[in-house]
Parts: sequence; C-alpha cells; structure tokens
Amino acid sequence: MSELYDIVASSAFWIAVLRIATPLIFGTLGVLLCERAGVLNLGIEGIMVAGAFCGWLVVFQGADLWTGVFVAALAGALLGLVHAGLTVWLGLSQHVSGLGLTLLATSLASYAYRVSFPKVSTPPTIEPFAPLDGLSGLPLIGPALGAQTAMTVLALALVPVIAWILQRTPVGLAVRMAGENPSAVEAQGVSVLAVRTGAIMAGSALMGVAGAFLTLSAFNAFFFNMVNGRGWICVALVVFASWRPGKALLGALLFAAFDALQLRLQQSSGLLPVQLPYQLYLMLPYILSIVALVVMARRAAYPQALMKPYRKGER
Amino acid sequence: MRLEARSGTARTAQLVAPFVAVLFTLLVCALLVAWAGAPVGRTYALLFEGAFGSRFALSETLTRATPLILTGLAAAVAFRARFYNIGAEGQLYVGALAAVAVGAQGGALEALPPTLRFALMMLAGAAAGALLLAGPALLKVRFGVDEVVTTLLLNFIALLFVSMMLDGPMKDPLAMGWPQSAALDPELELSKLMARSRVHSGLVIACALALAMWIVERFTTFGFALRAVGANARAAAFAGLPVARTLLLGALISGALAGLAGVGEVAGRTSYLTLDMSPDYGYSGIVIAMLAGLNPLGVIVAAVFVASVLVGADSMSRSAGVPNYLADVIVATSLLAILVAGMFTRYRIRWNSR
Amino acid sequence: MSTASALPALRLRGISKRFGPLLANDDISLELARGEVLALLGENGAGKSTLVSILFGHYVADAGRIEVFGQPLPPGNPAAALAAGIGMVHQHFALADNLSVLDNVMLGSEPLWRPFSRRSAARRKLLDTARRFGLAIDPEARIGKLSVGERQRVEILKALWRGARILILDEPTAVLTPQESEQLFGTLAELIREGLSLIFISHKLDEVLRVSDRVAVLRAGRLVAERPARGTSRAELAELMVGRSVVAPTRTRREPGEIILAIDRVSTAADRHGMLDRASLEVRAGEIVAIAGVAGNGQEALAELACGLTAARHGRVAVSGEVLAARPRAWIARKVARIPEDRHAVGIVGDLPVWENAVSERLHTPAFSRFGWIRRGAARAFANALVARFDIRLSGIDVPTRALSGGNMQKLILGRALAVGGESAPLLIIANQPTWGLDIGAVAEIHRRLLDAAAGGAAVLMISEDLDEIMAIADRVAAIFKGRLSAALPVEQWTPASLGLAMAGDPVAPAEHADAA
Repeated sequence: MSELYDIVASSAFWIAVLRIATPLIFGTLGVLLCERAGVLNLGIEGIMVAGAFCGWLVVFQGADLWTGVFVAALAGALLGLVHAGLTVWLGLSQHVSGLGLTLLATSLASYAYRVSFPKVSTPPTIEPFAPLDGLSGLPLIGPALGAQTAMTVLALALVPVIAWILQRTPVGLAVRMAGENPSAVEAQGVSVLAVRTGAIMAGSALMGVAGAFLTLSAFNAFFFNMVNGRGWICVALVVFASWRPGKALLGALLFAAFDALQLRLQQSSGLLPVQLPYQLYLMLPYILSIVALVVMARRAAYPQALMKPYRKGER
Repeated sequence: MRLEARSGTARTAQLVAPFVAVLFTLLVCALLVAWAGAPVGRTYALLFEGAFGSRFALSETLTRATPLILTGLAAAVAFRARFYNIGAEGQLYVGALAAVAVGAQGGALEALPPTLRFALMMLAGAAAGALLLAGPALLKVRFGVDEVVTTLLLNFIALLFVSMMLDGPMKDPLAMGWPQSAALDPELELSKLMARSRVHSGLVIACALALAMWIVERFTTFGFALRAVGANARAAAFAGLPVARTLLLGALISGALAGLAGVGEVAGRTSYLTLDMSPDYGYSGIVIAMLAGLNPLGVIVAAVFVASVLVGADSMSRSAGVPNYLADVIVATSLLAILVAGMFTRYRIRWNSR
Repeated sequence: MSTASALPALRLRGISKRFGPLLANDDISLELARGEVLALLGENGAGKSTLVSILFGHYVADAGRIEVFGQPLPPGNPAAALAAGIGMVHQHFALADNLSVLDNVMLGSEPLWRPFSRRSAARRKLLDTARRFGLAIDPEARIGKLSVGERQRVEILKALWRGARILILDEPTAVLTPQESEQLFGTLAELIREGLSLIFISHKLDEVLRVSDRVAVLRAGRLVAERPARGTSRAELAELMVGRSVVAPTRTRREPGEIILAIDRVSTAADRHGMLDRASLEVRAGEIVAIAGVAGNGQEALAELACGLTAARHGRVAVSGEVLAARPRAWIARKVARIPEDRHAVGIVGDLPVWENAVSERLHTPAFSRFGWIRRGAARAFANALVARFDIRLSGIDVPTRALSGGNMQKLILGRALAVGGESAPLLIIANQPTWGLDIGAVAEIHRRLLDAAAGGAAVLMISEDLDEIMAIADRVAAIFKGRLSAALPVEQWTPASLGLAMAGDPVAPAEHADAA
C-alpha cells in the first residue's frame, strides 16, 4: 500500500497525468462542441491523425511550432467542414459519415507520409515544445506544471474559455439551442446550418490540435497508429462529463490518472503478488471508458437534438 | 439550399448509385496519384492488372475477398437493424483465436474425429465472435449505451487479449519468441478451390452465407422484424415485434459472421494466428456493407471490388512506386461517396429556395 | 404621415409555391390592414402553413412579392422577417425545453460575436413587455417546466420582445382549454389596442368568426374567398372551406353492454410520456368513451397502457376481466385494435411496403407465417383486400408506405387495427388522436368507421384534444389533468365550460352533475 502511496505522491506521477490528459482535454472539448450543437463527430480519431501529421510536417519543413499547431487546427477544421457538409447540409448518417471521415483522414495521412518520405526506415524527428521551467516555482502544482509544455497550459486554459463561450455569449447560446431544438434557432432568424457548421469546424480544429500535441509535444515524430483509440476515448469521456467542459476536464484527468497508474504498476514489480501480463494493464483504459459510458448512460441528459438532422420545414 | 424528397425511388437509380460513387472516387484519387508523381492512367491500369490481369491476380483477389464478404455481411446484418457494429475487427480475431484453440495441433481435442472437430472449430469461432458482440448489444438494449463507442473500444481490448494469449498460454513454443499460435491441424484446413493458388473453400461458405442471409431477410418473420426494427424501432415495438430480441439476435448473427471470417483466414490461408493477420478487414466490412446498400448479395460484389483494390494496389505500388495506402484512401472515399450517392436517389437539391 | 398610415401592414402579391407535383400555393394575393385581425381559414393541406412559412422566410416562393409597411421583404430570410416586424407563434412551439425563458427569448437578438450576453438588460425588457401586455412570466423558468398555455405565452412574448408589429398565430387554440382560449382572445384584443395587426390561422369556424375582422379562405392552395367576418355565417364558411358538402356521421344512442376495459386506480412511472396518477375508467361494449385534455397531461401514458406497451405500477388493468401482460402481442391476441397518436413515427414503418405494414401486427400468427417463413401469398391477398375495403388510394401494395397521404395512411392503420381479430370484430378499440391533421372528408370516414365498430359491439376508448370531435361522436367523456382522470360522464352532461374546467384540473363533483342531469 505504501508503494501505491509513493507512486501517487511523486511529482513524476502527476507530470505523467497532465501529459496523458492534454490530448484528451483538447479532444473531449472538441467532441463536446460538436455534440452541444447536436452533431456526433466520430471523425475525431482520423482528425487527430491528420492533425498529428500536418502539424508535424510543417514543423519538419522548417515552420515554427505554433505554426504547426495552427496548421493542425486548420486541417481539423477542413475535415470538420466535410463532416458538416455530409451531416448538416445533406443530413446523412452521423455515425457512418464520422467513421468514413476517420478512415479517410487516417489513410490520407498514411499516404501523404509515404509520398513525402518514400524511403525512410526510422521516422524523421523535429525539436518539440520545451517544458515551461518558469512555472515550476509555483506552489503545490509547480513541479507537475513546470514539466509540461505550453500546449498543456493552452488545454487547461481552454476549459474555462469554452465554458464561458457556451454559457455566457450569444454564439454559445445559439450552439446550445441548435443542439436542443434547431427549429427554435431558425424561428429566431439564426441559421441552424451555419451554427452547426461553425461548431463542428471549431470542435474539429480542437481535435486537430489534440493530434498535434502528440507529434509536437509528447513525442517528436509521426508514427502510424500513434492516436491508438484516444479519439474514441474522448467520445466516451463527453458522455461521462454530461456535456460540461468542467466535468470533461475532470474526466480527462481522472482517466489520465488511471492510465499513469497502470503504467507505474506495470513497471513496479513488488506491488502486486503476481506478475500480470502487460496487455491486461493496457486494456485498462479501454475498459474504464466502457465502464464510464455504462455508468453515466442512464442519467445522461443528452442534448435533445443530438444525432437528429435538421431539415427546414420538417418537424 | 433545400433537400426535396423524390416522389419515388427508381430501382435503377439505386443500382447505379454505387457505380457512380466508385467512378467519382477514382476521379478524386487520380489527383493523389498525380501528386505522387505517377502517370494516372498507367497506375490505374497496373492496379486493375494486379487485381484481375492474370490467373494468379484473380486468385489473390478472391482469396482476399473471402474474409471481406463475411465482415461485410456482419456489418450489413447489424446495420440493417440500425445496430452499428464497428467491432468486426475484434470479433474476427477472437473467432480466429477460438478456432486455433479447438483445432491446433497437439490440442486437447485431437482425439475427436476430424469432421466433428471441424464443426466444433467453426462453431467455436462463430460463438466467440457472437459472444464478444453480445456485451455491447446487451448494454444497448438494457441501458441505451451507444454501441458504436463500445464496439470500437472492444476492438482494442480484443486485440490485446489475443496478444496476451499469443504471448502466453497459446504461444507456439517453436515460434522462437515471435507471438504466434501453434499451427492448425492440417486435417481441419479448408480445401483449395484452384490448384497453385490460395483460393479456398471458405469463399464458397461465405457466398452461401450471403445467400442464406438474403433469404432470411426477405422471406422470414425474423428478417421482417430486422428490417422493421432498423427502419423504425418505435413503430416495430408498437406493432408487437420483439425489438430487443431482434436486436440481440441480429447482433449475435453479425458477431458470428465476423468470427467466421477469422476462422476462414486461419483455416484457409495462414493456418496459424498472428497479430497482423487482418489488415483492417473488420473496418473494410463497413464500407462493403454500405457499398452494397446492405443487400447481402450485393456484399459479394462489393467485397470483390474492395479486395481487388487492395490486391491491385499492392502489386501496383511495387511497379509504379505509388504507396499502397492509396487503396485505403480509395476505400474510405468510396464510403463517403456512396453515402452521398445514396442520398441523391431519395432526394434532390433545390438551390433556388431555402 | 397620412399616406404612410394608409399603407397596409402587409401586402402579398401573386404568391405561388410548388412542392414536386403539389401546388401548395397558387397565385395568392392578400392584404392586411393596420390593427386588423385577418383569419386564414382552410382545411389541413389547403396551403395555410405554406403561406405563412413563406411570409416568415422559412420557404421561398416560386413567384410573387411581399411588402411589409410598403417595404419589399427579402425572401427566404427569417431574420429579415423579424427585422421587418413580423412575429410568429408556431403551432409546434419553437422553444428549447432545457433552456430558460430568457435564453429562448434572447436567442438571435444580439450580435453573435459579442463576448458576453447582456442578460440583465434583456431581462428587464422582458419583464417590461410582459407587464405591458399582462402576460406574467418568470424569465428564469425552464421551458420544460411550463404548462402548454405558459409556453404559448413565451412564444407571444418572444415576438413582442423583438418588436413585432404583425403577429402570425398558427392554430393557437388547438392545444388550449376553452378557458385558456378565452384568455388568449383577451391578450389578442390587448395587442390590437397596442396597434398590432394579426393573422389568425385556424380551422375552427366559431373561433374565426368571433376573433377576426375579415376571413380569407384557402382551398387546395388557392384563395377562394375573402369576407368580412360580420354578417358571414358558419355554414357559408364551411362550404367555402371544403368545397362540397360532407355528411358528418351521426351518433345513435345505444344501450352499453358489459365492461370490456377496466382501469382501476392505476398509476404509472413518470417518464417523458407523463404519467397516470390513480386513474380509474371503465369502457363498456358498444360505447365510445373519450378522454379530453390538454396535451402532456398523461394521455400518452394512458395510451401506452391501453395499447399493451407499458405496465401499471399500481392498480389493475383488465380486458374482459383478464389482466394482460404488457406486451402488444398479448393485447392483439385478445382482439384489441390500437391506433397510435403519431401515424408516421409509430403507426407505420415508412420505408417498408404497404403490404408488410398491413400485416405487421399479425405476421407471427398462422394466418401469415409458418415456422418463421412468411406466407407472402396470404399476406399480400390480405393487404389487397384491406386496400379495397377501406378505399385506400395508392399505386400498389409494394410502394413504400411513407408515400401515402395522411388520410390514406390513417385508413391503412385503422384497417389493420380493425382486422385484429381476423374474421371476427375487435373487442376493444384504442384510438389516440385518430383524426389529427386529416382533412374533413377523411375525418368523417374515420368517425364513421369508429361509430360502426361501436354499433357492432366494440368498446371504444378515444383520446383526443379536439373537443368538437369528442362532442360529435363520444357517448361518455372524462377529462385528464396531470395524470388524473375525472369521472366519465355522459356527453350531454358536459358544457364546454365545465369540460374546460375539468381539463384544467378543477375537481368535478360527479354527484353535482348527476343531480343536474
């Protein structure tokens, strides 16, 4: 037990938690924006891959790191526009369109990578974001925060910003209303198609940034399969968070804490009486996501128009 | 812009839609080929040749189509009931794992007569796939948990589970550290259909299952319930159709078909199980089902098409130098294209009015 | 100044709109004077909704022009309509249940990219507007918690808050009790005094004559008449509206038989369909018992209970003395014919062909399947016979059912339901809003079938929000309010006023009524 305490009390543990949580925070906020406007976006997994690749590619070609982040957001927004065109403008199945988008974005990234680097055997690397040592002087959270990069700080700062936009600004009200009753939005002279398209593009841009964190901050290269289901986990986390930005942050941190813990448990031999196969530890995050879905599904207050296409004149 | 429902849906339009979608896809992907610096016409010609140009090419395409028919059917059956089973990849692997468990050389069941053991192997594979999907299906029916996310996440869990088994109890001791199962008993392998090729009788089984599913959907009360639940679950419940039971049974069939795809790969092609056995057959099944308009017989055609793209691209990339990921792009683009094309058979766009 | 005020508030010139083969509006020209109430009268499908949707910018007309206070109105733009002073009270309220009154009112009134909403100013303005027009409201209340009448008040306030000078009300009384309707008419009079102009859409003749200054009648997409309300008779309007005379079926008194449906102090779990709270009711063979009430007071829960979809939590439900399992098939087997409220969403599977929908309730019985195999011949023959017997107009039993018109779809559902006992007549008929949204000819047809079934000995339970319908064909009527049922009194013992009070929860003392009778 004391070893468990040692793990949780160590700053290395909390450094890992924040690092694991960062892409989840971006991604979950992205899914949340789309779903508050009434649109499921299963394209997240592929959009993250595309963001990871595009962000990394421009940095590799000499652009500055923040330009990489911006390009990743742009790539995400463009893919979001495709999703919006299919689901909002044409009213097609949000499930199938999102999956199609994931397949498309993933395969396009792989194809583009191979075309750009036909003959490399080891992935080319870049110089990623550096830790913000200046923050390590802060009391209590300093040691954990000081080891993070600016992108983590950006993710944490986005949580109250998104919450403010949704709850306190006219455009946030329009987004929420579009997810509750699109007819009401149209009746007040605001275009549902525009509101939903905007929300999906903004949300998808965040998903792109989530991917860029992986190549520009967590690692320094692009690998196939590097997203590895994180996008799907974000979709589950939004349900867990009841579509609230604050709870989304909490969910992402909680999830990351479990993930960091299982990594530590894998490495420490003395804690458990038997040596378990490492695969069991790796399964834990996915199992946890399913459990979170099941627990929350029953009391989930879904946006009422989620997954319902809006067509003018139809009720 | 406004969508206006067409008064009737012409049958011909529905039949033509997938072909228009594929044509559109090839046009779009031509841009990618050009970007890679290859001549478009020659690249597509090489792709076609690689898929159909020789006896060997054709046999490879059919071999590749075999698991795709089954995963395509798995998606088609589930989607028909509007149950989005995205977990065929995981179901395929656990199906293969179960087949190996029953049929591997030196296994506990070696004493049984081969016919019985073969039947048992098929059954185990189907049951494993079905069982893996039973969880998400129950969660959906009982608690309303969205099946898309649960089946997606289960893919990762299933693959890790298979990896664990191949690292542990089911590892082939002769594989020298490589995570690989023991080989299947040769008596249990599916017979070859053509000499000097890899086409095996799994193809016949897959086609027979497609025909069977077509008959079930069209001529049985269960098939009617499946279609009614998928098209309008509330109306189906009102009419007294057993909605939950239909969804569960549909899911079990879907999982079993995906599990059989895994059995077929082990018993017909590889004879042992590795972690790279399926290049995303499960996900391709979704595209195939959509291209086929969820029609079980159409699945056969769509699976051959997707297989030809995959096989053709492999051969093309060797000679033309265009990455074989082009195949994945073509498959993904055609999914989005068929989605749009299908809509245009039911709606028309009116630009002048909102 | 004088020329400006002489301009009409609204002028429509030659409005036409086509949906595929249907000409929904055919060259309609209309004017609305300032301070005038114009009633737009017409049957379902006559083109009223299309016309106001064009006016409000939901649709763009194929031809024609609109002027508001002399200024041309840009087409297809609700924001422009709002800015020009047109406000609309939708029949299906355009409100988000999970948001507050203030949220619903404020949406779209500010520049979208403001960094913060000016809520307190908006709140003050809302309270001012509410006070001025005598429409009390709590700005922070969630819409979902409000009654139907209160929600309508929010819809009206929303328009007034945006400075509407012309208010369009789409079937505003359809969802109200008679008393609430009276209150609404009072509000409308107040609006006129404040100088607003109103377009009042309805198909209820008495109301139209009472409220409006002028009546415009639409039929099959055309404007067939414009009359001053004063001096025009109900009969004249009815004929203009329908274009032919429709013989409404008449009720003949019968001696009711034994108790078929017995609901005894039943409560159901509260869910999104509302709930029942210790409700009791008996329906006897040969009688039609109607449930009157404002939408959302537990009708849905009652219908689900009586259709075998949900079980009672407390209390007992019996059909001919037998308690049935909460499975539709158990009720179908017991010859209970069921007509759901929403024919598109619940009544039929629109994507499947007509013949499959015709047999969907009994496909599992030996008549239509054997060992799980569908007997296509028998099923199709049955469907063809049904189409012939109920005069369902279609191009073949293989067309997708969603292609049918509302009236034909309802006839298909009715036919399927009445055939529940095969050759023998149904024992009990549950009809939930059986004529909602149908034209007068189809309404008469459905009523005739229900009356015939009752005459043939079936017990009929009809749930309806249409008091005219209830008064026309019911033998006994009970009001439902917040899940509680009043006593089911003979229809003669109710007046619109007493029924309205009961629908608003005023306890009815059955003894008092019985004494009066």
